[in-house]
Amino acid sequence: MSLDSMDRQLLNLVQAGLPLTPQPYRKLADKLGISEEEVLARLKRLCQSGVIRRLGAIFDSRRVGYSGTLCALKVPAERIEEVAAVVNSFPGVTHNYLRNHDYNMWFTLLVPSPEKLHRTIEEIKARTGVADLLLLPATRIFKIRVNFELAEG
Amino acid sequence: MNVLSELDKRIIRELQEGLPLVSRPFLVLADRLNLSEAELLARIEDFIDRGVIRRFGAAVRHQDLGFVANAMVVWSVPEERLEAVGALLAGFDEVTHCYARRAHPPEWPYNLFTMIHGQTEEECRQVAARLAAACGVQHYRLLFSAAELKKSSMKYFLD
Repeated sequence: MSLDSMDRQLLNLVQAGLPLTPQPYRKLADKLGISEEEVLARLKRLCQSGVIRRLGAIFDSRRVGYSGTLCALKVPAERIEEVAAVVNSFPGVTHNYLRNHDYNMWFTLLVPSPEKLHRTIEEIKARTGVADLLLLPATRIFKIRVNFELAEG
Repeated sequence: MNVLSELDKRIIRELQEGLPLVSRPFLVLADRLNLSEAELLARIEDFIDRGVIRRFGAAVRHQDLGFVANAMVVWSVPEERLEAVGALLAGFDEVTHCYARRAHPPEWPYNLFTMIHGQTEEECRQVAARLAAACGVQHYRLLFSAAELKKSSMKYFLD
């Protein structure tokens, strides 16, 4: 979808944060000099078209008590579709990308406990028949930034 | 360590469905939770203070905003320099994510992961070269995403 200047200003504002106040959209509207109805209509459009993936709380999975890891699988080229279907069927797999490396399937896994993490990994290996899996848990987080600043012109 | 109460979990289940697009969105959620609007807002503030909520705002699809090339740049950093190099690379605007991860030598010698978003693959390569020069680590490689197979938001406490 094409974004006009007001969409871009609005996206920059809502990425930075929604005001924690009873009428957050009105507060954004006041900042932008437009009506609350227009803010709501624009956000609806941005959500429906998928530009906004999620509005509201972005959780820290570790602080929620979940365990997670990045995994890399070495999948034969002719089996990619079939293996992806199995991997993606796990609700704790939130991201899965094909990348240009022998380890070509890269996915993140989040589960409620460390024990469940190892059980799930074993299940993924068994159900895909791919044994070559790198377990790459984070040992230190230096940065997570998810704001994308847009030129407003 | 955070211990979440049953009420905390109920609030998380509601919040993760997204903030409603109505004039009083917190009131709508508070009604579902049998809380007052003020109480829900206070609970959300508390989640932010405890770090349970990392950010309260919008998550966007960066591809739709023109940041089409994303490269995972992986670095093989001597253990004693890991902390310093991680902190240094995290300071660059072009680096959106920076993590130390367990390495698996010899087949996977890389222990530091950075995500770079750019308009083109060439731009990502140039950024990586600049990062390498800045941190003095020359053992690195770029992994571009050839396809997005899944991208979803995690749903907690549904089992």
